[in-house]
This record gives sequence, C-alpha cells and structure tokens, in this order.
Amino acid sequence: MDFIRNFPFFCIVLALSSGVISSVLSQKAAKALTFCLVLLALFTSAGVLVYTLRFGEFTYMMGHFPAPWGNEIRAGVLEAVMALFFSLIMLLSLLGGEKYLKLDIEEPKQNLYFVLIDLLMSSLLALVYTNDLFTAYVFVEINTIAAGGLIMIRSNGHSMLAATKYMIMSLLGSGLLLIGLTLQYDLTGHLLMSNIQDSLKTLAEHGEYTMPLTVIIGLISVGIAIKSALFPFHAWLADAYGFSTASSAAILSSLVSKAYIFLLIKIMYRVIGTEVFWNSKITNVFFVLGVAGMLFGSFSAIREHDMRRMIAFSSVAQIGYIYMGLGFGTTLGVTAAVFHIFSHAATKSMLFVACRGLSEVSGNKKDFSDLKGAGYRNPVAGVAFTVGAFSMVGVPLFAGFISKLYLTSAALENFDWKMVIAVIVLAISTILNALYFIRAVISIYTPRNEHYRDANFHPGITFCAGIVCFIVMNFMLGLASDPLIRAIEIGLRMFS
Amino acid sequence: MGHLFSNYYEAVSVILFGIGFTTLLLNRNMIKKIMGFNIMDTAIYLFLAAKGYIFNRKVPIVTGEVPTPEQYINPIPAGLVLTGIVVSVSVTAVMLSLTIRLYRRYHTLDIDEITRLVKEEK
Repeated sequence: MDFIRNFPFFCIVLALSSGVISSVLSQKAAKALTFCLVLLALFTSAGVLVYTLRFGEFTYMMGHFPAPWGNEIRAGVLEAVMALFFSLIMLLSLLGGEKYLKLDIEEPKQNLYFVLIDLLMSSLLALVYTNDLFTAYVFVEINTIAAGGLIMIRSNGHSMLAATKYMIMSLLGSGLLLIGLTLQYDLTGHLLMSNIQDSLKTLAEHGEYTMPLTVIIGLISVGIAIKSALFPFHAWLADAYGFSTASSAAILSSLVSKAYIFLLIKIMYRVIGTEVFWNSKITNVFFVLGVAGMLFGSFSAIREHDMRRMIAFSSVAQIGYIYMGLGFGTTLGVTAAVFHIFSHAATKSMLFVACRGLSEVSGNKKDFSDLKGAGYRNPVAGVAFTVGAFSMVGVPLFAGFISKLYLTSAALENFDWKMVIAVIVLAISTILNALYFIRAVISIYTPRNEHYRDANFHPGITFCAGIVCFIVMNFMLGLASDPLIRAIEIGLRMFS
Repeated sequence: MGHLFSNYYEAVSVILFGIGFTTLLLNRNMIKKIMGFNIMDTAIYLFLAAKGYIFNRKVPIVTGEVPTPEQYINPIPAGLVLTGIVVSVSVTAVMLSLTIRLYRRYHTLDIDEITRLVKEEK
C-alpha cells in the first residue's frame, strides 16, 4: 500500500510534463492526453483519500533531504478530498465546455488550451499538497500565468483587456504574498510549514516579535484575498469570467480562486497556528469584507443585464460567504467555509457551462432579452441552470442549502456582534440571491424568441454527460453531505 | 530612527517595494506598470539578499579546504532569489506580450484609453 505515498508527487510531475508534451501535439491528441491526466488525478486522489483515512497523514520527502532542508509534500484527508474534488470539477467543466472550445478558440491555438489546463492542474495539485511555503509561492505564480492564459486565449479585445486586468491584480496579490513569506523567513529561518509553526510557537511563548508577526499575517492574508477576489478587490472578476470561454469561466470561478483560499486555510492552520491567527484580529477583517461582499456582489448582480456577468458577480457574493465563515475564527466556521468551497465550486461551474449552452441557442448572445425561452430550446441546459439557481439561492435538497445551514449554525455558536450581523446578512443575501436568480430562471422559461429555434439542434453528448454529472453531484452534496462534512472535520483535526 | 539607519538595506527595499506596488496599481501606462512590477519584485530580492548576508563571512562555495558552516553566509536566500527571478521574468514576458497585442490593436498603452476603446467596440 505504501506506493500510494508517491501518488501526489507523480500527479504533479505528470501534469507538468504533459503540459510540455501537449504543446507539440495536435489538438485531438492534446485533448486525449489532458482527459487521461485529469482522470488519473481523480483516481489517484481517491487512492490517497482511502489511504489517509486508514493510515492517517503522511509527508513525502522530495530529493531525499530530511525535514529542515529538503522540500516536502504532505497529504492528509482534507488535501486528498480537495484534490479529488478539484480533479472532478476540472473533468466535468472540460467535458461540458468541450464543444464550445472549437467555437470560441481559433483553430491553431486549440492544443495550447490544453497546455494551459495541464499547467493549471499541476499548480492546483501542488498548492493543495505542498508543505513548503516557497514552493507554494512558485505554484501560485504558475497558477496565475495559466489562468491569465485561459482568459486571453479567446483573443478578442474584451478578453485581452480582462486578462490584463486579471494579471495586474494577481501580481499585486502575489507581491504582497511574497514579501509576507520573506518576512516570515527572516523571523523563523524556515520554509517548511511544520518547522515554521514550531519556531513561531517558541516565539509566542517568549512573547517576542508579535508586531512583525501581525504584519506577516496581514500581508499574506491581503495578498491571497486579492487573488481570490474578495470584495473590494473584485474589479477584475466580472470581465474575466464574463468574456472567457465556458470551460475557462467554470474553472476560474470554481478552482483557481478556491485553491488560494485553501492555501490560506493551510497557512492559518499549519503555518501561523489557529490560536495566533484568530487572535490577530485579521479574522474580523475577513468577516467584515466577507459580509460586505455578500451584499455588494448581489447588488451588482441585480443590476446586470448580461447573464454571464450576473453569475460572475454572484461569485463575489459567494466568496464573501466563504470569507465570512473563515472570519468567525472557530473550527465550525472553517468547516462551513470549506464545505461552501465545495458546494459553490460544484454549482458555479455548472451555471457557467449551462449558461453557455443557453446562449448557444440564442444566437450566442448573453443578454436576458435574447435568452428568453432558451430553457425550451435547450432543455438540458435549462434544467441545469434551474438546479444551479436553486442551489445558489439555498433551496433545500440542493448543495447551497447545506452550506447556508452550516454557516448559520457556525454563526449561532457564539453570541456576539458577529452572530447578529451574520444572521441578518445571510437572510438579506438569500433574498437578494433569490431576486436575481429567480428572475433569470423565469426569463429563460418565458416562451419568446421563436426565431432562434433550430429544429435540428442537439446539445451534444459531452455537454449532456457533463451536465448530468454536475446535477447528480449537486444533489449528492445536498442530500448526502454528512460523509463530506465528517471528512472535512477529520482533515481539519489532522491539520492542527 | 537608529534602527532605520542600521537596517538601511531593509528600509530601502521596503520603500522600493512601495514605489513598485503603487506604480503597478495606479499608473495608467502599461509599460510603466510592468516596470513597477519589476521594481516591486527586485525590492523583495534585495531584502532577501540583505537578510542572507552575515557580516565578515564568505560566499558559500567550497574550494578545497574542509568547510565549516560557520565560515559561510546563508545560501538559501540566494536560491530563493534565483527562483524568484525566474518567476518574475516569465510573468514579465507574459505581461509584455499582452501589452504588445493590446498596442497593435488599439495603438495606445494607456489602460484607461484601452478600456474606453474596448467598451466602444461592442
């Protein structure tokens, strides 16, 4: 069984090398290679999950240099669940959006799309598994470049400008992250997460360097918050999600920003230590910005006439939910936040893919007036959009309900100012979500625009397969969330 | 104030970081933005290099005699700086290529102007 310990490293290296190989392959071969890779990542992460559930966490030495010098990979239950889920969402997003790659991307560039996907996959897995902060920084940058490529590959003016704005904001974020890591290295002299935590504990016992530590926590947190589009750093988000191709938007919203948040949780638990982190008051900043994001994201979404941009602004609100969960500064809050990472990723990627399917039968337009009646013209996409909308609003049976339930119970755990605000804002935000999502569902089921009807239209097998899997996953998260919640709890316990 | 002058490397690199950061954030010219990004990253490398130096010690290269770690400065920041330089070079390349494509299309480097032109394109 011990060979399973090699799986995380193999996946990362295979993803990197297949990215290199894909650049010289034809579009078909590159696509096949990427699908094989994502499937492999899916199965190996499942293997790692079973292994960690049975034998506990393990660290994997790279290059046979022991702990304080060498580089390490660490896998626990939470990492394995994350990797499994990321591979699954990646697979379904590619499957659902596969048909539109040909429409949206010029012919000679299509194999390059899969190069970017491979690089993104490797950086996502590395961010999930790494135990070394500087490695994390390097893969954050690889992630940024690959994500920027995914936006700009659709080479029209809008997407190039969106990619530029995305890159600028991301570079600001990674600059802050890097100087935070540098200061941290000066303080502790270590880069491996477990060593850093040991020396920070010694520092905390002697009461030394509390001010620099607060600065470090602030820099790293703000850096990651910029990169994951927490309100008010979300200016790049709407264009980046709105003008890229369907798979890109799905992957960017559900995987890229979530990987950064997972890195933040990792830093919270395994580098700084929860006690110091929660006492540093940065959680209050998360809470306030998260709450503000929940409201303002929804207000912006209500004002939009473009469906893609509306879904993008809804992401701002959902990222706000996650940061609000982190902002409670309790284990229950983090559990709810991690669950919301899963439920939002599963729902939002489905919404983006379904929205592309709806706009395909409406003359490739995205405005509500053109999308009227699209639910009848492309029934599969219509059903998927409805399921996604209900899940986002938080209707029982769907994934979004469970995460709202856990967020509320995390809020009610302590009776303080956060509880009052959180409960009120959750209620308001649910109403706002309902306002714009129900409006969208009603408009796609308003029988209009018959001139777009094409009798020979067929949504395509890959699209249907992806959508059906998405819907099943949503119901699974909504109806059988207990095993996942328990896995998250075990994983968080392994973290600390 | 005394600390500021005895740690002048760190003080200078933090000031440079601030200059680079604000240029990247606020300047409208794309090329100046990229220069700001490079200043910001270089400031961090200066900081790292300054922190890795230990007074009166040698470069960590073994030349014949039996080495003891006490003779050498800390080599790890140098490794981090090298890695960081590779990262920032590749990001700069991506940004420059994006700028070239935007310039070919809109004949300006001003990001606000480009935003206006893109909006009109619709």
